Amino acid sequence: MIEVKEVSKAYGGKPVIENVSLKIREGCITSFIGPNGAGKSTLLSMMSRLLQKDSGEVLVDGKDISQWKSTELAKKISILKQSNHINLRLTVRELVSFGRFPYSQGKLTKEDWEKVDEAIAYMDLTDIQHKFLDQLSGGQNQRAFIAMVIAQNTEYIFLDEPLNNLDMKHSVQIMKVLRRLVEELGKTVILVIHDINFASCYSDYIVALKDGRIVREGSTETIIDSDVLEHIYDMDIPIELVNGNRIGVYFK
Amino acid sequence: MKIWMLVIALAVLSVVSLFIGVKDISPLDLFSLTPEQWQVLSISRIPRLVSILIAAVSMSISGLIMQQLSRNKFVSPTTAGTDDAAKLGILVSLLVFTSATTMEKMLIAFAFAMAGTYVFMKFLDRLKFKDTIFIPLVGLMFGNVINAATTFFAYKNDLIQNITAWLQGSFSSVMSGRYELLYVSLPLLIIAYLYANKFTIAGMGEEFAVNLGMNHRLVVNIGLTIVALVSVVVILTIGTIPFLGLIIPNIVTLYVGDNLRKSLIHTAVLGAVFVLVCDILGRLIIYPYEVPIGLTVGVIGSIVFLFLLMRRKAYEA
Repeated sequence: MIEVKEVSKAYGGKPVIENVSLKIREGCITSFIGPNGAGKSTLLSMMSRLLQKDSGEVLVDGKDISQWKSTELAKKISILKQSNHINLRLTVRELVSFGRFPYSQGKLTKEDWEKVDEAIAYMDLTDIQHKFLDQLSGGQNQRAFIAMVIAQNTEYIFLDEPLNNLDMKHSVQIMKVLRRLVEELGKTVILVIHDINFASCYSDYIVALKDGRIVREGSTETIIDSDVLEHIYDMDIPIELVNGNRIGVYFK
Repeated sequence: MKIWMLVIALAVLSVVSLFIGVKDISPLDLFSLTPEQWQVLSISRIPRLVSILIAAVSMSISGLIMQQLSRNKFVSPTTAGTDDAAKLGILVSLLVFTSATTMEKMLIAFAFAMAGTYVFMKFLDRLKFKDTIFIPLVGLMFGNVINAATTFFAYKNDLIQNITAWLQGSFSSVMSGRYELLYVSLPLLIIAYLYANKFTIAGMGEEFAVNLGMNHRLVVNIGLTIVALVSVVVILTIGTIPFLGLIIPNIVTLYVGDNLRKSLIHTAVLGAVFVLVCDILGRLIIYPYEVPIGLTVGVIGSIVFLFLLMRRKAYEA
């Protein structure tokens, strides 16, 4: 159970997140949407303890995130940030094996390696598991990182703009994988995403932020709505129903 | 390159190294050593070999750790102010604590090296413009500023010649009784190996480390402490060996990758092989005199370094 209670954060006296409260639904994909500078990434970082909050609480199973032991929390929540793109020469398998660090502190047992193999197979990376990350495409890279998170085997998975720099094909691939994580493995996925149509097609619940506050939250149908979106983005976004999906046509 | 090939090369070169020198000793004499030959071996040749091995391994590994922790392939104790700060520390220990023992000198120099490295790492945190080449340049400038201070005070106090001796590393004065401080390095290298996985994670950035529940600060501090101590020990006994900590890890990265668990051993062995070759060359080129190791490593090393700079693109991809 993750619950955010009146969390605030300011940078140099300028508030970025103000009094945000939020309950995360289990076994769902929750998307954070909103214009640039709304505080989506900041909120995500505070919820995943990458960033210190100024005030308020982030409760994980009823205990504030700052009270948790870091290694214990690493078995409960994982976070992938866009800045994760690293310039180390590691193979896919080596990267994924680091996902077991919270359990083994670097000395992987046979069981740990089994989990690593499972994660690699799950992400369909078996053929390229011995390749270096810098030899892979952006999409393969992102899949390798998600495989690491799968090996880390946490209930909650946070992702900060996982589709950044990916083409359409790879974006769809990643979103489908996230859907599978929720449906097959019962994970709870929370992500920051810019494309409202991806948010619409793949998430169960949407939280819209603007100027450091939550302006609307609700099921996908209630948020992907012309009036609501106009309020969030200050632009006209007509919604069309295409094959049962609500698609915003905002290009012109 | 396979590790066993490197180990064989290391073994062969080590034996060769023992039998090079003014005093003629051939491997055949081993079974019928004259007392004089035995003395040469035990007082000079073996200590020299041991100190080459320890110093080379230490410098290569401390370079590797620094590159990992700073997340920059061009950072090493030479390009981060560590060596220069250590030299300033030695000078201070000579000036202020005239009667300091070697151990005390080491501790004072260590404090300086640690402070210098720390200041550089703080620079790194603050720098907005994180260009791969810009960072080591800042480090070199920082080191030169410290060096200027060192030279000034050394000049004032007639110690320039001593300082120059540390500038150029040399194994020629290694003799039993004068190199044993190097052994301090060994336990530190073992700790480095035990922390290999954690250094790799630290190299992926603070957020990545936090996600895995690792105490990033602590691991970085342990790494920097090892680097500073090891650098000081080597400078005090041998002198500075420029570029060593830079080129060896970079070469190893190319064929082993950056997983420290694997690359640490390769780095250690390749570093030792490289310095042994340089040392043997240095002893043969103007035989019976010798070229200081700092020079041979510097010349060969800077050529390799230039080559690495040229193919910088490959790293940034």
